[in-house]
Amino acid sequence: MPQDIKRLEKIANDLKQDVIDMLLESGSGHTGGSLGTADIFAALYFQILNINPKSPNAKNRDRFVLSNGHICPIWYATLAKRGFFPKSKLWTLRKLNSDLQGHPKYQSVPGIENVSGSLGQGLSQAVGMAVAAKMDGDSYRVYVMTGDGELNEGQVWEAAMFCPSKGLNNITWIIDRNSIQSDGNTQDIMPIENLKAKLESFNWFVIEVDGHNIEEIINACNMAKSVNQRPTVIIAHTILGKGVKFMENDYVWHGRAPNPREAARALKELKSL
Amino acid sequence: MLNSKLKLNENCLGKSCKLASQRDSFGEALLELGKQNPKVVVLAADLKNSIKIGKFATEFRDRFIQVGIAEQNMAGIAAGLSFSGKIPFIVSHGAFNPYRNWDQIRLSICYPKANVKIAASHTGFSNGPDGVSAQPLEDISIMRVLPNMVVINPIDSIQLEKTIEESVKIKGPCYIRFSKAETPIITTQGTPFKIGEADILVEGKDVTIVSCGPIIHEVLVAAKNLKAKYKIEIEVISSPTIKPLDTKTILTSAKKTGKVITVEEHQIIGGLGSAVVEILSENLPTPLLRIGMNDKFGESGSYKELKDKYGLSSHNIEEKVVSFLKGLKD
Repeated sequence: MPQDIKRLEKIANDLKQDVIDMLLESGSGHTGGSLGTADIFAALYFQILNINPKSPNAKNRDRFVLSNGHICPIWYATLAKRGFFPKSKLWTLRKLNSDLQGHPKYQSVPGIENVSGSLGQGLSQAVGMAVAAKMDGDSYRVYVMTGDGELNEGQVWEAAMFCPSKGLNNITWIIDRNSIQSDGNTQDIMPIENLKAKLESFNWFVIEVDGHNIEEIINACNMAKSVNQRPTVIIAHTILGKGVKFMENDYVWHGRAPNPREAARALKELKSL
Repeated sequence: MLNSKLKLNENCLGKSCKLASQRDSFGEALLELGKQNPKVVVLAADLKNSIKIGKFATEFRDRFIQVGIAEQNMAGIAAGLSFSGKIPFIVSHGAFNPYRNWDQIRLSICYPKANVKIAASHTGFSNGPDGVSAQPLEDISIMRVLPNMVVINPIDSIQLEKTIEESVKIKGPCYIRFSKAETPIITTQGTPFKIGEADILVEGKDVTIVSCGPIIHEVLVAAKNLKAKYKIEIEVISSPTIKPLDTKTILTSAKKTGKVITVEEHQIIGGLGSAVVEILSENLPTPLLRIGMNDKFGESGSYKELKDKYGLSSHNIEEKVVSFLKGLKD
């Protein structure tokens, strides 16, 4: 296991470097959340998800839905590294005629399972997929990530109420709890605590993890598979910009891309880890 | 007077004309579709009984989803279902669906061209006594503007049934607007219906009226009366599909009569009237009058009272046609 974790940590670090390169090239985009969730993406795509890049639309594949679509650079980087499309595409991010749109476009490249960009919509789409699996007797699981600022959106709570009421135990919701949103700290903009208690009161099975501890993430995802009758939500405590000290926990990095000097500094730091 | 090729209900202008609510036939049509197509899933937002879709819900318990009063979630779930191969119908009053969930319809449904059908009941003035909040008069406008969207407002309950059946043959989003009110049966089972095609219900040479939905009955009555009173021969076109609009039929008629009027149970801004203006001004600039809700909100009242007060009853239409034609002569 430790060997595996080391391998996944290395992948996460590679993905972060790809993200910096992509955002430097595109000149705009959301750096902080992309870096902050790299460990989760590495765990999901290289350990947890039952997927095959050679058969990206296999009926019984696990689905991953990204609701906080602005952090799609990390999703694109992950899909490329996992073999869903050539890595060279990454440098077209946000450019005209690119398959890699600024926010996810459904099936623009293999592996993109949903559409997002207007916050709050991904959980509902994931629910639709989970319901379809139940209807068809399919065994795939649906994983969906949302931000934490995103929880300000009412639609999220509509969906959060729906899942337990239908006993959707085939959905795993991961909340990127970095406590930062566009205008500042979540606690200052719109407090969402006590989040665990809120979700438990909605009848979700709640697990809290360190979102940078890959072993914890994997264990939580595996635990979710054995929960009967109700859905699981993983509150993943993360650090926005994780791995690049001058970006960490600074809300300014929610929505901006590095300039060449900043990118060089960031890459140097990531390579030293 | 009626175009015999269309096999319309010959009694539709008589006193004995049968009335029916599109809402009632909607439930039956969904049930039938459910039997034919196992991919069809129906989602309701706490208005299952109001829209009378209980039969589908009972017959296909595993394909009926009650989401509660949560239209945004309903639209998103439908998108997810369609990504997994289902054909979801999201059903509610037009006042909430597509109003409350327009962003979800735009992004989660239209952008990926999700195979979701949006069915809106109680549109126009048909939910009159409930007042402004329950009177969708802007829905055609906000649906028509969305890329990938097809917009249909069928003329009566029979055509609504055909619309439901045809809508699943289109792979992509479709907005179906219908009425709660008891309105005249204008078509028959034998009347042809194809999405994207307009029908010339009455041939005429003096002026073209393009309309959609059950309000066309008021137009037909006006056309009959104006012919009797003033020998004005109106060509009445029913254009149930507002998008994509049957440009050819409308332009051909406009060329023949040289004058066009639109009538709709909807705001004159953005709806059928605007759609007709767009194609005429680009292809065949023609004198035109839009009849509909004139950039204002309604109020509580019966269906008939509201049509009278806001100018959509046959006598209002007659007056406006006469004054429009007179204005062109002066």
